[in-house]
Amino acid sequence: MSQAESQEKIRVEGLDFHYGASQALFGVSLGVRTNHITACIGPSGCGKSTFLRTLNRMNDTVPGTRASGSIQLDNHEIRDLDVTTLRRRVGMVFQKSNPFPKSIFDNVAYGPRINGGGSRADIADQVERSLRRAALWDEVKHKLHQSALGLSGGQQQRLCIARALAVEPEVLLLDEPCSALDPIATAKIEELLLDIADSCTIVIVTHNMQQAARVSDYTGFFLMGRLVEFDRTEKIFQNPAHRETEDYITGRFG
Amino acid sequence: MSAARLRRRKLVNAVMLRTTGACAIGIAAVLLGILGYLFLNGIGSLSLDFFTQLPKPVGETGGGMANAIVGSAKILGMAVVVGVPLGFLGGVYLAEYAGATGQFVVRYVTDLLNGVPSIVIGIFAYALVVLPAKQFSAYAGGVALGMMMIPIAVRSTEEFLRAVPRGLREAALALGAPKWKVLVTVVVPAARDGIITGIILNLARVAGETAPLLFTAFSNRFWSEGLNEPTATLPVMIYTYAISPYDDWHRQAWAAGFVLLMLVVTMNIAARMLMARSPLRGAR
Repeated sequence: MSQAESQEKIRVEGLDFHYGASQALFGVSLGVRTNHITACIGPSGCGKSTFLRTLNRMNDTVPGTRASGSIQLDNHEIRDLDVTTLRRRVGMVFQKSNPFPKSIFDNVAYGPRINGGGSRADIADQVERSLRRAALWDEVKHKLHQSALGLSGGQQQRLCIARALAVEPEVLLLDEPCSALDPIATAKIEELLLDIADSCTIVIVTHNMQQAARVSDYTGFFLMGRLVEFDRTEKIFQNPAHRETEDYITGRFG
Repeated sequence: MSAARLRRRKLVNAVMLRTTGACAIGIAAVLLGILGYLFLNGIGSLSLDFFTQLPKPVGETGGGMANAIVGSAKILGMAVVVGVPLGFLGGVYLAEYAGATGQFVVRYVTDLLNGVPSIVIGIFAYALVVLPAKQFSAYAGGVALGMMMIPIAVRSTEEFLRAVPRGLREAALALGAPKWKVLVTVVVPAARDGIITGIILNLARVAGETAPLLFTAFSNRFWSEGLNEPTATLPVMIYTYAISPYDDWHRQAWAAGFVLLMLVVTMNIAARMLMARSPLRGAR
């Protein structure tokens, strides 16, 4: 096995995905590198969110869906892993921030608690550490026991990131995490993603090409369920190999 | 459009608007009429004695219905114990686990159960509880009213569980929580206020039931101890007193009707207030 391959956290080979009779992904193959940020771009309905949701088997909860092909996490097929174990290792942040109707503290503590957590002090430490990593601690430290629903949209999304980080996932999946946020909140999230990537593998789906260019190391361009091109982000944005990629990133369609 | 046609349209509009408005007022008037009538007739006979005294022997005036107030409370409590766990868990199954066939069967059965006349429920509880025990009891009354609560409890639980946004479930699943844990720690707590609201309204609905209690709880002119004796309830007392030949009893029946109605109105208001602070109120 070459050096390059050994750094792959996730290896996807020939992934097909069906919603009932309609096929959403066609033979997608790519490698997600350890502790790097991989972006998935493409027009609406191209399958990039579906692709992301197969990586932690979130699509298993949608009736009538079917995935075939191979997805390996550290060289183990994810379909052979216990799904709750898989999801602890591969966390997810959703497009629409979805804090629980609980306190800020209880939101972040949720993961550690359900996973058997440790002492109260351990959990409190974990909550603080996660909120700091999500760059939210200073804004909420004086109101940890107030409802999370009282936070602003950007704060709620960072809370969701903190909640996902609190289970210490090896991989973090983000599904258009900034699509409902203003530029300042978006900038904060991009900044914290760059920090987190020191110790966590990140896959982010985004509609925003500038965002992909700013934060990611690798970019995959999806079109109509196919992965058209996958390469280093500079290569994709400066010298794409495919005509469709160039048309998309230059705004000629999509 | 001709002027005549436009005039006609305006006329039809005005007539229909007034007709529907009048119907809406008529509906409100029915409720206000009942409230007012009960108030006028009941308030005069309502005194502290009504809440603290036992019924007086036939022929004597005065006395109260303290035993019936306590008896109604006992039987409604018993109904909650019987109806709510079954209804709640059935609703959880229906909303979260049942396949298409299971959903069809549960929905169909609850709809049918909801349509069973209350007197028939009473007969069933009589056969189920009263006959084997060889006596009327608060248990039997509670079983009868509990059975009446089940269908609505199932459906309201289902409805409020389904109103919990998918995003909340996915958030918990994505953190590695198994499905049952997602239910216990996220979905049910988010739906809690709604489910409790449903239970209160359900309880208010059965609080006035008379027929199922006639031959289950029966009645009693004295205090009943525990749950294993014939027990007086407000609705049955209203029935007994209203058909009696004594003027004083008629007055007391009005008072009991007023108290019962106030109880139901209070439960309804409490339910609405609870729902108003539910996190799901915007989600439905």
